[in-house]
Order: sequence, then C-alpha cells, then structure tokens
Amino acid sequence: MATGTPLPGRGWPAPRWLVVALPYAWLLAFFLLPFLIVLRIALSDTARALPPYAPHWTGWGEAWNFLQALDLESFATLLGDSLYLDAYLSSLRIAATATLIALLIAFPLAYAMASAPRRWQPALLILVILPFWTSFLIRVYAWMAILRPEGVLDALLRSLGLIDQPLALMNTETAVLIGMVYSYLPFMVLPIYTSLEKLDRSLLEAAADLGATPFRRFVSIVIPLARPGIYAGCFLVFVPAIGEFVIPDLLGGPETLMIGKVLWTEFFSNRDWPLASAVAILLLLILAVPLLAYQRFARKEAA
Amino acid sequence: MNRLRAPHLLALVFGIAFLYLPILVLVLYSFNASRLVTVWGGFSTRWYAALLQNQALLDAAWLSLKVALVSASLATILGLLSALALARSGRFAGRTLFAGMIAAPLVMPEVITGLALLLLFVGMDAERGFWTVTIAHVTLTACFATIVIQSRLVMLDRSLEEAAQDLGATPLRVFFAITLPMIAPAILAGWLLAFTLSLDDLVLASFTSGPGSTTLPMRIYSSVRLGVTPEINAASTLLITLVATVVVLASLLIKRDALART
Repeated sequence: MATGTPLPGRGWPAPRWLVVALPYAWLLAFFLLPFLIVLRIALSDTARALPPYAPHWTGWGEAWNFLQALDLESFATLLGDSLYLDAYLSSLRIAATATLIALLIAFPLAYAMASAPRRWQPALLILVILPFWTSFLIRVYAWMAILRPEGVLDALLRSLGLIDQPLALMNTETAVLIGMVYSYLPFMVLPIYTSLEKLDRSLLEAAADLGATPFRRFVSIVIPLARPGIYAGCFLVFVPAIGEFVIPDLLGGPETLMIGKVLWTEFFSNRDWPLASAVAILLLLILAVPLLAYQRFARKEAA
Repeated sequence: MNRLRAPHLLALVFGIAFLYLPILVLVLYSFNASRLVTVWGGFSTRWYAALLQNQALLDAAWLSLKVALVSASLATILGLLSALALARSGRFAGRTLFAGMIAAPLVMPEVITGLALLLLFVGMDAERGFWTVTIAHVTLTACFATIVIQSRLVMLDRSLEEAAQDLGATPLRVFFAITLPMIAPAILAGWLLAFTLSLDDLVLASFTSGPGSTTLPMRIYSSVRLGVTPEINAASTLLITLVATVVVLASLLIKRDALART
C-alpha cells in the first residue's frame, strides 16, 4: 500500500508536495533543530548568566570559532562524578525491574482477555485502555494517597490485622516500581493481547490431543506465538521508564536516584544548562541501544 | 475455549481491579467531609465547592483547555498530512528521516523534548507562554495523531477511490467525498488522543511555559508535592469524568460508524 498510486497532482489545489513539506518543516524546526541546539549547549561553558551558557551562537561565519569554543567540560563532569553514573545505572535497573513485573502481571491478563468469549473482548479492551486515557499525573497522585504513611493501604492492612507498623512504602524504590508498573501496564497488555488474539486455538487442541501437558503447550506454543507482543510490550515500558520524571519525583522521594530527575534538577534548581544538556545527550545514546535492538528484532520478525 | 475458566477469570478480576481500585479510592475520597485522607468523615461535596473558589486552579484549567483545543486541532491537521505523506506519497526525498522524526517523540523522554524545545525558544528569544506550550504539545501529539490516522489509511480499500477517479472525479473531490469520510473515525480518535495528551502534560509545559502561564497539570503538581489534599481529589475526579465520558462516547460513535459500514 505504501508504494501504491501517489496522490495525483491534477486538480489538487495546494501543490502535492505541501502534504509532505508542511509536517516535514514543522518537525525539522521543532524537533530536529532543538536537538542540535541541545548538542551545541552540552558542548558550551557553564556561565552564571542568563541564559546560563556561553558562548553564544553568532552565525555560520564563525564556524571556526565555534569549533574552537567546543568544550567537553560538561561531559567530563558527567563521567567524573559518580552521582551521574549511579543515576544512569539505577534508572536502568528500576526500569528493567518495572518491565519484568509489568510483564508478569500483564501476561495472564492479556491471555485471559484473549481466551474470553469473543463478544466480551471489545469491552475488556476498553476497560484496559480507559485508564491510559485518564491523566498520568492523577494516576500517580492516586498512589500517593494509597502509599503514604497512615494512607489507605496502611489503614486497610491494619484493619485486617495484617500489620501493626506502618509499611512506610512512600518515598522508596518500591513505591516507584508500583507507580511505574501501574502507569505503564496498558502498554504491556495491549501488544501481548494483540499477538495472542491471533493465536489459532486449534493448535492448542491438537497439542492436547497429542498428549502435551498444559505447561508444555504453554511453553512451546503460546510463548513463541506471543513473542512479538512480549518484545513490543517490554520495549514500550522499558524505554519511557528510563527517562521518567513524574513517578520518581512524586513517589520516590529524595532517596530514589533516576536520571530524568537529575536532568530536571540540574536545569531548574542548579541552572546548569550545559550539564543538563550533556545529561540529555548521554541519555539519548543509552536509549539508542534498546531502540536499535528492537528494530533488529522487528526486521527479523518481518522477514 | 469459549467459556471462561476460573484461572482466567481470576487474572481478569485481579488485573482490572489493579487498574481501577486506585482511581476509585481517589474518587471516593473527593467526597470525604474530613480533610484527613484516611478518615472517612461522611459524604460531602464541600471540596467541589472549594474548587469553584480556587481562582488559580480555575485559571490554570482554562489555560489548559485552550492549549489542548488549539494544539489538538493543529496536531490533527499535521497528523493527517503526515499520514497521507507516509501512506500515500510513495517514496520522497528524506522519507527515512521523516518517518524517524514521526516515531521519535513516542519513545523520547519528555524531559529531553522539553529541554530541547526550551533551548530553541530561548535561542529564538520567543516570549514564553500560551504559544510556546501549544507548539510543544503540537510537536508531541502530532506524532500520535499520525500513527492513528496512518494505520486507518493503510487498511483502507482503495477500490472506492479508484472507482471515483475512473468516473472522472478530481483528486480533491475524491479526497473529500471518499477518503475523508472513510478515515473520519481515525481523525476523531487522533484528535481525542492529542487533546487528552495535551491536557495531561506536565513536563513539556513546565519547560516551555513562562511566568503567568501555569497549566492545570503544573498547578496540580505544585500542590501535590506538598501533600495529598481532597481539593485535588475533587479536581481529578472532574477531569477523569470528563475524559472518560468523551472517550466512551467517541468509541461508541466509532463503533456505530463501523457497524453502519458493514
């Protein structure tokens, strides 16, 4: 379809190229150009001024001065101070843990959805998607009320007699993990459901007739067929979780170190724009790894 | 396998409960007469009344609504054009870069996009406020709109368009009489997605807004950081109700439209 007959130019009021040019220009101006500026500022000196960086970009004619003024100071700070490395590492660790937990919760849910009677499935799908439409910030806030000391969870467990000390989950890494799994769960459920929905039930029945145990059927039929969905779901949870800001800030407290929060602090509190930009560039380089890995998987799957 | 078995039912109940219980708790406590979040002091709508007195919150809500309406509309137009470019324009110079730039904001951490746009606006010496936030939201949400509309475009049966063309309709006529009505549900879905994402965004708005242009999520965030208050619960409940109503109505509309076509 993508290579089908192009929109004919005859009678098209605006020239056909405008269909491409308009969004193209927008993305170049407001997506690509800003990133080049981030790269440029990451390589600038920190200055206590407004805007707090130097030197200024003064024109193409000064290309040589520009190259001479490049400064790796921010990157040196980034690699020299263990705070930043720790933040990158703990972001990766928290995101990976959240992805794994989300997978463990999402898979049974998606499997049950796909095995439910056909006429229930649209309603179940809407039920899973609907929380994704409600505000992200509000969903994180909902967990603040549940996890805070003397919050809803403490009160519930105490009234059931399960605990006598408050759990003190708020402002811990556990709270961040709960928030992440909760917020990103639909991203994991939907792709797995999509791949399981296409699963041919007769395959399972045939395997059962041939004497395969339920466990065997699950491992050698369901899992391989769900693999594209699992990979897509893991990718969709893992990547945004690494750079997440709102969840660690509201649920993690000062103890939880994540790189999105470090970037925010460097920018808004410390006003070190070159350092914040360097943090962003290094984060992008890290994100490129899962991105390329997923692309390779998708290409192999398509072939 | 057409009947629901016990473990499946359990997985469904547990999963759906996990998704909805926190929201339910939040809504419940918005009607709590007590200011304490864990003590139930009886049913009351006092926090909703308090909302109407909170001018700062109302101003922020109004600004967010304006930004969301304008940015969702612009994003849908750009998204429609991008979807047409990707699905219908065949190969063009720089298509790979274009497709990459459409997909990138979907996985880009918002803190990076926000930082990048702010640095651009500072470099342009643009006054930060309504328009800078709107531009940031268009850039993010146009990509989501593109993907929704594009997925509908590539599934479209081309024979109707070709028939109309063969009967002598101009391409413009074909587009408005055939293509546009057929992709209308996707356009609506794309607009809604852009609208709710804009209404929800905290990070991009925090970077790109200026003094005096505080959006609703920014206002909620700053009071939430200080702790849980029933007033924010009330505001959240209103927001959730609004979005859920619109989304359910839209999905019913789209479903009816799909049924009418079969």
